[in-house]
Amino acid sequence: MAAYETIAFDAARCTGCGDCMSACAQEKTGGFDHAASRIQILPAANDGFELALCRQCGDPGCVSVCPAAALEKDAASGVVRWDETKCIDCLLCTVGCVYAGIAYDERTGRVAKCDLCGGDPACVKACGEGALRHVKSAQIYNRYGELEDLFVPGLAGCQGCNTELLIRHVLRAVGPETVVAAPPGCIPGMGTVGYNGKTGTKVPVFHPLLTNTASMLAGVRRTYKRKGRDVTALALAGDGGTADVGFQSLSGAAERGEEILYVCVDNEGYMNTGMQRSGCTPYGAWTSTTPVGERSHGKTQEAKNLPLLMVMHRCAYVATASTAFMEDLYDKLARAIEASKRGFAYLHIYSPCTSGWRFPSQANIEVARKAVETGFVVLWDYTPDAGLRFTRPIDDLRAVDEYLEAVGKYRHLDAAQVAHIQAQLEKDLGLLKELAVRGAQAEARALA
Amino acid sequence: MLETRYLLVGSSHAALEALAAIRMHDAEGSVLLATRDTAPPYSPTVLPYVVSGKSDPNRVRLRSDDFCEAQKVTLRSGSALASLDTAAQMARFADGTEVRYERLLLATGATPAIPKIAGLTRVQYHVLRTLDDAVRLREALGRARRAVVLGGGLVGMHAAENLVHARTETTIIEMQPQVLPGYFDAQAASLISGAFAERGTRVLCGQSVVSVAPRESGFALKLLGGERVEGDLLLIAAGVRPTIGYLSGAGVATGDGVLVDRRMRTSASNVWAAGDVAQAESFLQGGRRVNGILPNAVEQGRIAGMDMAGDPGARDYRGGVPINTYHFFGRQALSVGVDSLEGCETHVQVDEAAGRYRKIVLKDGRLAGIFSIDLPFDAGVMVELVLRGTDLAPVKQAFLENPRDTARALMSRLWR
Repeated sequence: MAAYETIAFDAARCTGCGDCMSACAQEKTGGFDHAASRIQILPAANDGFELALCRQCGDPGCVSVCPAAALEKDAASGVVRWDETKCIDCLLCTVGCVYAGIAYDERTGRVAKCDLCGGDPACVKACGEGALRHVKSAQIYNRYGELEDLFVPGLAGCQGCNTELLIRHVLRAVGPETVVAAPPGCIPGMGTVGYNGKTGTKVPVFHPLLTNTASMLAGVRRTYKRKGRDVTALALAGDGGTADVGFQSLSGAAERGEEILYVCVDNEGYMNTGMQRSGCTPYGAWTSTTPVGERSHGKTQEAKNLPLLMVMHRCAYVATASTAFMEDLYDKLARAIEASKRGFAYLHIYSPCTSGWRFPSQANIEVARKAVETGFVVLWDYTPDAGLRFTRPIDDLRAVDEYLEAVGKYRHLDAAQVAHIQAQLEKDLGLLKELAVRGAQAEARALA
Repeated sequence: MLETRYLLVGSSHAALEALAAIRMHDAEGSVLLATRDTAPPYSPTVLPYVVSGKSDPNRVRLRSDDFCEAQKVTLRSGSALASLDTAAQMARFADGTEVRYERLLLATGATPAIPKIAGLTRVQYHVLRTLDDAVRLREALGRARRAVVLGGGLVGMHAAENLVHARTETTIIEMQPQVLPGYFDAQAASLISGAFAERGTRVLCGQSVVSVAPRESGFALKLLGGERVEGDLLLIAAGVRPTIGYLSGAGVATGDGVLVDRRMRTSASNVWAAGDVAQAESFLQGGRRVNGILPNAVEQGRIAGMDMAGDPGARDYRGGVPINTYHFFGRQALSVGVDSLEGCETHVQVDEAAGRYRKIVLKDGRLAGIFSIDLPFDAGVMVELVLRGTDLAPVKQAFLENPRDTARALMSRLWR
């Protein structure tokens, strides 16, 4: 079974300009009559706009009620196809659909519905506001879904944790020729290194100390290389084991250019031991060691910027990533795997923690997305040749409140603290922009 | 004797949807799909279009050739269910086959109702319920010069339109005072009859036939009022009745159809019923009614299948809502819900010249019915508004002026 592409609608960005409907009408009928458009933008009660559009359902109601077998879910593309030569114009499909996704067109006397324009929807191209997006992340599933899941079914993560998703995706992408190092933290706690003598991964895994992950892994990689085997040396470590306790061995391995893929899963604290602060805990955040009370109002220091520290080690590859942007994450994984065959590759993945950050378990991906959309987390990557480049635009960021409000560990913040955070974000962004400009210049020079 | 975990009797929408629901939860359990038909699964709803030639009888199958193999289903066609022993969980078919089932779905649909008319056995007449009926009627249509359609329901009206296109002189005889009773009110029905009358069709409402006698090249009908109508093609389209003859002595409670609860369970254990054969909860009118329309068959089939397979996602049937979509002479008529309820308010909009019509029925500020001719709306969205009991008071004026767009905006906010 395949996963499918879809059109996503962001009501907050829609201005109701109608360009999408003009484009659709033009594409499908050659005219500009909005009534002929398969996509319908409607005024909503709150002065905003809403959408009526075929969802290309997985279990389409219109298909179930068609007496003429004129509608069919295309297994390859996912599009619900309408066969005009079989259609008897009975309109029962408009009864079967509760989303107004297939509707009667008075001009033709027949029904009409969206067919995703064969994979290149005209409405999305016409939307200048970013309210319509053609979401193709299903391609990830189609590409990697066939590969073996190298993690056993069932693990002991907290409800809603995105790290299971992360581990399974990362292991699929690196493949079976891998040795995993998982130092103390949530990842082994979830079952990666296993219980009762059984490991949770289907590849060799070991459990180094918090302090020596990178150096042990460097030895493993060198040994295999000496024996003539190309094995990916993969660290799956938390931010405490990376930024604080394990930093000395990490820094050494990076400086020596050890051929390692080091993935830091950053949940901004020591979450599995009782939610203590780490060097990656942001300013203002509640943790069990930066409590909130009469005098204390969360952490008083800034988080260290670990990925930038790794840039300063001149690693073969450094990148930040988020599970809310999986296509970006996969792209970076591929680059990091390739870089780890010739030097140190470092991937810093932000991992909102449902238990320790105090937000509902279903909101993990939403929190991760808001972090990026507000610039709290910035997605970029770096190579020594091309320098630093943003992999997601940073010129249209939302106010940081939107992110802070979604996370319980910031609930106590006063206006001054929020302003402090916003100001610090802008400072950090300024630094990144400067580096990105230098990166662009370096790239231009390299091309010239 | 055959044995199966699931026995589905019938091969149209209810049975096929039940099968899909079973396979969502139970990928392996043995399924036997048994049907009286010899043709691959098709929908009775498509038959008028086979008669008109719009549908090719070879292209109406609802499932592809490899369907049985892909779904791991054994198909037995050409033999109707003859009797049932619910204690022994045994079904007997007309060809003598016995099937022992663990769970049984009755989706045997309906059979044309034949009114008691003196002399009817001595003349040839057509009905329209199977693909064979449709092919026969299509052939007869070409030869007919004067046709009589008994019954002004959907089947009768569709057939009559085909006859008009074939330039056959046609008379429609309907017992009720209007055509399409139960779907449209008198006003809408008269707009529809008008379209037929304009094209030379006689529409006789409030009339019934007392006797029929053969003539040299056809038949002559005698109406209750004394009038005689002659013709050479007689189509009986006086409604359908649930096919339940095989249930005599089976211990399954029946009314007009097979009585079912909100999970489509009959009174007998391990027996479910869905579709045109079932008499299920009615959403607006209360009580249990036979509501033989395609969307209800699909919904009931799905609930029955989920319940049969023990799917924990199964939900109770919310109740049937009368729904219809009807195309005539390039125009379209839609009906959702009921056109009157105690204490309801009714808003009618008519444009006689353009032949456009719309009626909205509200009860306690909620939608109870909406009907239109050539003023389109999204029927599925309206049904959902009815079933959800959405309070329309805050948007009442907008809804009455532009029900389609107002309902779409509500849909987008409430359940999209």
